[in-house]
Amino acid sequence: MKKHKIGMALSLVLAAGTLLGACGKSDDTTKDQAKGGDKEKTTFSVAMVTDVGGVDDKSFNQSAWEGLQGFGKDNGLEKGKGGYDYLQSTSDADYTTNLNTLARQGFNLVYGIGFLMHDAVDGIAKQQPKTNFAIVDDEVKQPNVASVLFKEQEAAFLAGVAAALTTKSNHIGFIGGMEIPVIERFESGFLAGVKAAKPEAKVDVQYSGAFDKAELGQTIASKMYSSGADVVFHAAGATGNGLFKEAGDLKKKDPSREIWAIGVDRDQNDMGPDVVLTSAMKRVDVAVKDLSTKAKDGKFPGGETAIYGLHEDGVGLAPVNSKAPNKDAIDKAVKEWVEKIKSGDVKVPGTRDELKTFSAK
Amino acid sequence: MEYVIEMLNIRKEFGGFVANDNITLQLKKGEIHALLGENGAGKSTLMNVLFGLYQPEQGEIRVKGKPVHISNPNIANDLGIGMVHQHFMLVDKFTVTENIILGKEITSGGQINLKKAEKEVRDISERYGLAVDPQARISDITVGMQQRVEILKTLYRGAEILIFDEPTAVLTPQEIKELIQIMKTLIKEGKSIILITHKLKEIMEVADRCTVIRKGKGIGTVNVSETNPNELASLMVGREVDFKTEKIQASPKHDVLDIKDLIVKDSRGVSAVRGLNLTVRAGEIVGIAGIDGNGQSEFIEAITGLRKAEKGSIKLNGKELFGLPSRKITEAGIGHIPQDRHKHGLVLNYPIGENMVLQTYYKKPFSKTGILNFKEIYNKARTLIKEFDVRTPSEYTLARALSGGNQQKAIIGREVDRNPDLLIAAQPTRGLDVGAIEFIHKRLIEQRDNGKAVLLVSFELDEIMNVSDRIAVIYEGQIVAVVNPKETSEQELGLLMAGSNRKEAGEGTHV
Amino acid sequence: MSKRLINLLTPIFAVLLGIILGTIIMLVSGYNPVDAFIALGQGAFGDVYQTGEVVRQVTPYILAGLAVAFAFRVGLFNIGVEGQFIVGWLAAVWVGVTFELPTIIHIPLAILAAMLAGGLWAFIPGLLKARFRVHEVIVTIMMNYIALHVVNYIVNTKMNQGSSKTGKIHETASLRSEWLSNLTTGSSIHWGIIIAIICCFIMWFLLEKTTRGFELRAVGFNQDAAHYAGMSVNKNIILSMVISGCFAGIAGAMEGLGTFGYMAVQGGFTGVGFNGIAVALLGGNTAIGVFFAALLFGILKIGALSMPLAGVPKELVDIIIALIVFFVAASYMIRIVLERFSKKGVK
Repeated sequence: MKKHKIGMALSLVLAAGTLLGACGKSDDTTKDQAKGGDKEKTTFSVAMVTDVGGVDDKSFNQSAWEGLQGFGKDNGLEKGKGGYDYLQSTSDADYTTNLNTLARQGFNLVYGIGFLMHDAVDGIAKQQPKTNFAIVDDEVKQPNVASVLFKEQEAAFLAGVAAALTTKSNHIGFIGGMEIPVIERFESGFLAGVKAAKPEAKVDVQYSGAFDKAELGQTIASKMYSSGADVVFHAAGATGNGLFKEAGDLKKKDPSREIWAIGVDRDQNDMGPDVVLTSAMKRVDVAVKDLSTKAKDGKFPGGETAIYGLHEDGVGLAPVNSKAPNKDAIDKAVKEWVEKIKSGDVKVPGTRDELKTFSAK
Repeated sequence: MEYVIEMLNIRKEFGGFVANDNITLQLKKGEIHALLGENGAGKSTLMNVLFGLYQPEQGEIRVKGKPVHISNPNIANDLGIGMVHQHFMLVDKFTVTENIILGKEITSGGQINLKKAEKEVRDISERYGLAVDPQARISDITVGMQQRVEILKTLYRGAEILIFDEPTAVLTPQEIKELIQIMKTLIKEGKSIILITHKLKEIMEVADRCTVIRKGKGIGTVNVSETNPNELASLMVGREVDFKTEKIQASPKHDVLDIKDLIVKDSRGVSAVRGLNLTVRAGEIVGIAGIDGNGQSEFIEAITGLRKAEKGSIKLNGKELFGLPSRKITEAGIGHIPQDRHKHGLVLNYPIGENMVLQTYYKKPFSKTGILNFKEIYNKARTLIKEFDVRTPSEYTLARALSGGNQQKAIIGREVDRNPDLLIAAQPTRGLDVGAIEFIHKRLIEQRDNGKAVLLVSFELDEIMNVSDRIAVIYEGQIVAVVNPKETSEQELGLLMAGSNRKEAGEGTHV
Repeated sequence: MSKRLINLLTPIFAVLLGIILGTIIMLVSGYNPVDAFIALGQGAFGDVYQTGEVVRQVTPYILAGLAVAFAFRVGLFNIGVEGQFIVGWLAAVWVGVTFELPTIIHIPLAILAAMLAGGLWAFIPGLLKARFRVHEVIVTIMMNYIALHVVNYIVNTKMNQGSSKTGKIHETASLRSEWLSNLTTGSSIHWGIIIAIICCFIMWFLLEKTTRGFELRAVGFNQDAAHYAGMSVNKNIILSMVISGCFAGIAGAMEGLGTFGYMAVQGGFTGVGFNGIAVALLGGNTAIGVFFAALLFGILKIGALSMPLAGVPKELVDIIIALIVFFVAASYMIRIVLERFSKKGVK
């Protein structure tokens, strides 16, 4: 009897251990590096604080972390103090603490990822004037803070074009996270893109109210697909993972059914190679890397706002899925619109008000 | 003759409180051995030691001459010791067979072989004369039948020694007779029985020998054939006991409680009290006689405000109480010894001291401007505990830890101390031993002699006949007769309670 | 061994067991537990700044724990602390933003508003329970969602000052203090901890020393006996929920007036209310127990934030917390072991 109990406890522990081991694998390698290269002191270090989505949200935060990792690799930095690192937040209350902890650890540049961190960055920047900060997706007017904004509407516009040229039912879906300016830019750009490519197609716009509720995303996606939509775009962080799950499930059940999902922030093709049409990429990684490099070179744009659009390669459309029926037509159309946007011929609307007056030439 | 079980010099303490002090009990093979003692004397503790639920601090247990260490009930089971609990441990929704085999299922290929089990159950029940339907659901059979299932459970597990814990407490007189027959059959079949009880009548009728314990101490073992109830009672209580309660003639005065056309519905919405009329006067005890389920509970709950009455009038000293909340009724001068002391009478997780002010905590001196005065509360508690002989390690002990008799004494102390004009006692002696019963009856009569009105509800005819000055018979929610205990017999009452002879009985309403 | 001692030892053993099992899990999954615990300790006490943050985090935990514990003592399971917390937060911020008053009035008024909001939010399930016997667990869970979305709506549409959050509260309503902040080299510690400690005292006093507490506890233990004793069961049920909601509301005010100074649209539940359940459980539903349990949770949560710097995922701390809660819930086992142990000691 006793033996039996101990055995069970042990297997529980083992199970928990393997699970964790799997989770932490990506860190393991970096950790080893960190141990190996302690002698080499670098003069520049950079770190970031994720929002509640966490560093593995398959979206926004992850993209930023990939950017930091890329920067670190290029400059021979190690993960950890004196190199590059991150802290995760589990609630809004953690932002300040995390930013401050990193500043106190002596990192030269600390990113706050996401508009939610506006006040925290604002406050800590005042407290820690010697550290440089950067905020993504919002503006903080402080001499030691650089703000990074994106023209999400441009990427979303291209996604809209792709969606419009793919849909057969002329019924397209849009799942937003929370109704905030960033997502409004996605929505407006996407609607404009659809309107430009296929004015008769209608878009069903829905907001989930959260960025971390995959099950909610799946519910909304399920409703959209069952009511006739055949292409759905999400700008909802981890909530959007539910969209890919739903699309993948439907495709598995009926492989002949033409349904597509469009990803966001990074190329989300890995979320469902059969169903992801393309992704409206917001290259947080590019921006993070770019800004870090500038800072390292002593050209930190403190107090300024950097806007990353198509022109800066800060946003873009991921390669269109090769299984898409009229991939060539889409590629061609996207290419044309990219030209027009880059050249300034077309100004993609970033708000709903602008969308009302938008008309594609 | 050999002993199947010997418990030698057992001592069990609970944090300084000695529950069993040097108790010896030797059970011969094939005998019915009674274990007699007041509530709280340590009977259950001793049996729990035997059953492996408690470990004794001292002493030795031998089974068939061999010393054993019983560290849990499974070991007791393996040694052939089975317990028939007072509170049945049965699954209501299961059948008789399913309950009996629970934990010892006969399986074939992972499935329970009910057919085979049923046959085995039938075999055992025939062998020991325990007629039950193996396929009946527990919820559909009578309490007496349920007890048989408990007995079958122990037999099915191969028990050689059966412990019966207060087996007759829940049975009707007819069922008690049957149970005694069953016990005799079991002995004939070679089983041995320990019978825990405080009912002297039963011991005299069925037991061979009797071990008496008092306040945790072993008093001795006597052969039943060589003793009598009076001797047993004094052994148990430690002094002479009166079986007949002495009392002077009542001298009733004005009406205290006056109930007119009372209608009360039960929890299912059916009228349980249907136009009841009753008066209780100062200086008398009115006993309500009746078979359980004729509206007694609903009647009492309606008077005390625990249940909403539909219609009618309840007057206390001329003041209408109908529809008032229970606090107002309490304040108007009603004391209530509730039928279920665990459900209503006590907050078991409160210290016994705080239970003593359950209705008066908000009054001075127990509190002032909403702040409790624990000094006054516990002063009061100490006084009552002393006065009413509540046996408790301290006034800070949780009510839960007290024995039933002492809990009841505490409640009575509390209610009497409030000096109510009307004291309602619902089944005040249920489950109590002679000593406690005597004490409680005396207290009720004392209240009467002090000019208070007392309303007594009991299912025990002895008690009603003994204590009441008038007896009101309740049948189907009405008082069908009021009789003088000196001019009636158990037989007449029995007939009235059964609803027959109603017309003739009705003539006796004015005593 | 006395009951009291066992009651005290049970949660301590639960914590130890949680940490031991957590250590084993770390070892099995290839992390160095020594590093992890050093990082945890550093993260919580590395310098006064961190300790200030711990205190800041402990404040709402104490109050949420009190809220759960208070209802529990009256036999009610208030799962709705989270929702009451959110509405309390909004109410406090609303007063803080809308009015211009001297501090001495402004802060109490804002806290009062939070109490009212939280109390009202808890009143509804209390009323439904008392009147119609609707189970409070179901209603409070639903009220959580209603709170979340209504508050988000209000913040988004009525009080939005850009970026989906309210404006900053006036300085006069803020619990922040330059002095405290400087003392802890700039942490976000605020005076709320004093309020939380006062609330601990209030809960203890109310339950243990007053006639009202006598009634509330009696209802919690045995409603029938309470009814028999002339207490109004329904009134006490509603009252206990309202008081519980008031504590939760104050917890929200701590975030609104102290930690943040504003309210942002919430993407999901903050978790404070749910942590309150664990805190109350660990603290044995007593005021003093809640205080210490909240302290432990605050230390673990803040300390955990720094663990990734040591290469240990901070989820490990969540696992340890879960294990502690598990062992408290399974305290029956620990009790039995303790009782066995004490018996052997006697022999």
